[in-house]
Amino acid sequence: MATLGTTSKDAPAAVDDGGVRRRDVLNIAAVSFAGIGAVAAIAPMVVQMAPSADVLAMASTEVDVSKIQPGQAIKTSWRKQPVFIRNLTLKEIAEANAVDVSSLRDPQTLAERTKPGKQNWLITLGVCTHLGCIPLGTGEGENKGPFGGYFCPCHGSAYDTAARIRKGPAPKNLMVPVYEFSSPTVVKIG
Amino acid sequence: MSFGWAREYEPKTELGRWFDQRLPFPRLVYGSLGGGYPVPRNLNYFWNFGVLSGLMLTVQIVTGIVLAMHYFASADGAFNSVESIMRDVNAGWMLRYAHANGASMFFVAVYIHIFRGLYFGSYKAPRELVWMLGLVIYLLMMATAFMGYVLPWGQMSYWGAQVITGFFSAFPIVGEPLRIFLLGGYAPDQAALNRFFSLHYLLPFVIAGVVILHIWSLHIPGSGNPTGVDVKTEKDTLPFHPFYTAKDGFGVGVFLILYAIFIFFLPNYLGHADNYIPANPLSTPAHIVPEWYFWPFYAILRSFTVDLSIPFTAIVLAPAKLLGVLAMFSSILLLFFLPWLDTSPVRSGNYRPMFKRFFWLLVADVVVLGYIGGAELTPFHTALGQLTSAYYFAHFLIILPLVAKFERPDPLPSSISASVLHGEAEESAPYGLAQTHGAPAPAAAE
Repeated sequence: MATLGTTSKDAPAAVDDGGVRRRDVLNIAAVSFAGIGAVAAIAPMVVQMAPSADVLAMASTEVDVSKIQPGQAIKTSWRKQPVFIRNLTLKEIAEANAVDVSSLRDPQTLAERTKPGKQNWLITLGVCTHLGCIPLGTGEGENKGPFGGYFCPCHGSAYDTAARIRKGPAPKNLMVPVYEFSSPTVVKIG
Repeated sequence: MSFGWAREYEPKTELGRWFDQRLPFPRLVYGSLGGGYPVPRNLNYFWNFGVLSGLMLTVQIVTGIVLAMHYFASADGAFNSVESIMRDVNAGWMLRYAHANGASMFFVAVYIHIFRGLYFGSYKAPRELVWMLGLVIYLLMMATAFMGYVLPWGQMSYWGAQVITGFFSAFPIVGEPLRIFLLGGYAPDQAALNRFFSLHYLLPFVIAGVVILHIWSLHIPGSGNPTGVDVKTEKDTLPFHPFYTAKDGFGVGVFLILYAIFIFFLPNYLGHADNYIPANPLSTPAHIVPEWYFWPFYAILRSFTVDLSIPFTAIVLAPAKLLGVLAMFSSILLLFFLPWLDTSPVRSGNYRPMFKRFFWLLVADVVVLGYIGGAELTPFHTALGQLTSAYYFAHFLIILPLVAKFERPDPLPSSISASVLHGEAEESAPYGLAQTHGAPAPAAAE
């Protein structure tokens, strides 16, 4: 049986029967409490690494796209990452729609990657899905790669006119961020 | 460890044995903080404060490294980065309050640790180096705390930097060029802030190194104890683990509760509201004082109001400013000579009736000095500060040597175990009974 701090002579025998002594309970309680305290103290050291409130507050940005002519593209910035906004020509739209979707590495149609009725506006992150370089193809005269979309100079990933991966090491299409047209000429990203 | 009965480290696993033969690090830990370090069995709770100081050093280093991930040392941006830590960084407010109040708690622990040493004669042979290394740690702590306080670049930070570096300009000829050299400019600015941040990050690791030397030099003779009597046999000691790890663990719990009260309920109680105003080189705060842990020294500094000159002439030997700075530095440097100023062979104040009274007078004196250092200057405060400053020096330079010479110490117990078991023998012979029955008192329970 458990002893409760008795000092009688038969106490040592009672301790040896594998019962739980008061001291064991105190020991486990104290060490557990210290353990919980240690975890509670370590938590702030860990969560401080996560994006702070001012970083999270930069989560959306508005862009006026009225000046972008068909065939042109601009590079803008959202969450300190480049965003490509491209006004596709009819020819580029046709090229994108002519591809057999099932043959793609990351199968998606152009319609799935644009907003209804705004199929000419291709808005993607300018971050190559391979290792994060910025692909070429937004500026006048830049190398658009063999598929006429974007071309990443780091490791040779080539994207088509719907910014889908067609050739090279990148695993995914250029990511389409969350966005909406807040007016016919203004895009709100994020 | 020098005691013959200290337990040897015995690896429990094959891997442990393999490791121990190649790098006996577990053996080192076992012999310094584990079951292999025999400690006098009669330590009281004042012996917790070494471990508590070590704990606070660790807390300061850990929270400091984390805060440095968000702080930037720029005269334009430092204040804002601290505000961003308080408002935007996840748990940043808690980390900063833990660091700022952690400095105070570190000094609380260290001051109790120092006065423990003063009362129980911990500075005496063979532990003089332990004491002196401790003073080195204390000096490094003061430098670190001062430079840390400058980093938020608020009004108190800025003017603290101005005043403290101004100490150096008190020295004749080299003073002003030295001050400009230390600041990297004519007033605290970007250069000073950057170097203070660099050193504030460096010095805690220097402290950690000196702490290792401090503990190493302590473990040669082993810990002292409240009787001041040397360890003689194995019966006088207990293994550090589990006995003192448990006792220190309890102390840590109590200490952390006090620390948490400051962090969560009184986070700015020990600070100054003016430090939430960005540094302004063109406006000095009305009441400028250092943090509380510098107050006694600040009082000594301010006690010198008159130049030292040859009487009846205009020849100034030393201006008041220089005297104040010298006195303030000497008040700490003096402590390095303490092992040779107090020549009494009895360590513990418990057995020194005269010393004990003067010890408490010194405590009261330092408390009054602290009050004066933090108070506004009035003629009364200045006079009281001068009196208590004079007494501080008199205690170490005059009173201690005289007490050692004329005091008759109380008889010391024959051993630590005898002093411990003395009480138990009386308990087992209830008052008035043991004598009337004439029977020998029962043996003390182990």
